[in-house]
Amino acid sequence: MILTETAALTGRRLRRLRRSPGELLAVTIVPVTMVVVMGYLLDKSIVMPGGAGYLDFMMAGIGAQVALGAFGTSAIAVADDLRGGLVDRFRSLPIGRLPVLLAQSLCDLLLTAAGTAIASAVGWLLGWRIHTGIVAGLAGFGLLLALAFLLSWTGILAALWIRSTPAVNSLSGLVLVVGSFLSTAFVPPDGLPGWLHAIASWSPVSTVSTACRRLWGNPVADTGNSLAVVHAVPVALVTIAILLAVVMTTASRLFRSISEKTP
Amino acid sequence: MRGQPPGKGSEVDAVVETYRLRKRYPGHEALRGVDLQVPSGTVLGLLGHNGAGKTTTIRILATLLAPGGGSARVAGFDVAREPQEVRRRIALAGQYAAVDAQLTGRENLVLLGRLLRLGTRGARARAGELLERFDLTAAADRQAGTYSGGMRRRLDLACCLITRPAVLFLDEPSAGLDPASRRLLWAEIREQVRGGITVVLTTQYLEEADRLADRIVVLGAGSVVAEGSPEQLKRKVGGEWLGIVLADPADVPAAVAALGPAASDVDRAAGRLSLPVDDGMATVAAAAAALDRAGLAVADFAVRRPSLDDVFLALTGKEQAA
Repeated sequence: MILTETAALTGRRLRRLRRSPGELLAVTIVPVTMVVVMGYLLDKSIVMPGGAGYLDFMMAGIGAQVALGAFGTSAIAVADDLRGGLVDRFRSLPIGRLPVLLAQSLCDLLLTAAGTAIASAVGWLLGWRIHTGIVAGLAGFGLLLALAFLLSWTGILAALWIRSTPAVNSLSGLVLVVGSFLSTAFVPPDGLPGWLHAIASWSPVSTVSTACRRLWGNPVADTGNSLAVVHAVPVALVTIAILLAVVMTTASRLFRSISEKTP
Repeated sequence: MRGQPPGKGSEVDAVVETYRLRKRYPGHEALRGVDLQVPSGTVLGLLGHNGAGKTTTIRILATLLAPGGGSARVAGFDVAREPQEVRRRIALAGQYAAVDAQLTGRENLVLLGRLLRLGTRGARARAGELLERFDLTAAADRQAGTYSGGMRRRLDLACCLITRPAVLFLDEPSAGLDPASRRLLWAEIREQVRGGITVVLTTQYLEEADRLADRIVVLGAGSVVAEGSPEQLKRKVGGEWLGIVLADPADVPAAVAALGPAASDVDRAAGRLSLPVDDGMATVAAAAAALDRAGLAVADFAVRRPSLDDVFLALTGKEQAA
């Protein structure tokens, strides 16, 4: 049941995606530009501990940034559906509540996977390499997708909460910028004030970035010995699992009662 | 019928019934105890201005909104306790045509067919039938975003009829349509009713309720102001009348004398008179001839129909704020 419904609704999203290829462009353009500008132009100017280049350090952060983009794509799509009355139609059908939202997040997961592949290919052309094996390499990409799934659901939750497309739009931009830079995605968090430092090093964006660096044999900049740095992989997995459970439950509940606010 | 909990000894076979239905939003009371009974195979028109509670009622009946108090049953199931059973038996067309603008008409229908468990092949076949029936075959493979308002509404209605619902909820079905599309839509709705579907529709137009509804419930500020057949309501309000505006307001007494005792001066200072149109064209012709014989100059002379405002005025004695 839930599978047929999810499949049908995911098909709908994918058709829309095929008709507006700009969406893929939108999620890739910022990360690819970052790879080119920072990885190519600044690779030699920023020297990492151990003598590695900045490009090698940065690529995990780029992956996390593509994942952050999933927040916006999901949030905007859900806000649009709410405005157009489609959500009302789906809610009046004898179908489960989860498939409507699940289809959205699955489709955006696919979009993120494509965006990550493009950004990684550009990085590879410029000289970024995974220095470990294929399993560890894929595990890193798996973590990035898990992060994207969490952020997509967070975007859905935000859209159900806020419900205005323009507001959701600007929030998405904010999440992309704040999420990228309030983390170890691109810079070591050492320069941040204490309380921000704690947030930055425990944020899933940071732990996933650090975990990917470990898994790919790329330089890890955070020299601290906090749990989040030393055991980045399990910490990333556990925080994502916990947050995902909370966000998915809240979003499904909100979806069920969504019209309560409509006068 | 009223004052009795639904489901217990109802005399009529009501497919939709509400009992003291209430709903409060922060800051205002949307429904203040609404009782409705809709017999199977009939059309109920919910008539009222914006904010009267029409949409809130429909949304509660379509399980989108939880009732704040009282109860509502649709097709034998309680909307709050057994919403999924209700959803199996209803279809809803909201105020905006709820179709995916980026999908084609056909894809919209196939999607809903698959969600309603017709299977991919079954959904395709049903979509084909509906496209044909609603005269959308030529546009079937164009994105719904390119459709005209009337076509979108037809697609919306087709979406409601994929599986045969027992009850169809239509929230202002003809809002924003041109008169030709409106007529076409009305004909399609009537066709559904002939097939045995029960319809609850909301409208702000007396004419629309008159054309479609077997019974009309007039809502005002969350309460039932009046109910009855369109004929009963019109009798309460009065039928058509002839509105006359004289070029010179000083002529009003002369005009009343010429037109006879049925004429009344509505606004003496503005020179406005009204005359009930009892005999159709004969009344109009006689009035025109009488004014002409008396040599009175007329600025405006037209047959008027009662509007929703007149309904409120006649029923509650006060104008309803729009």
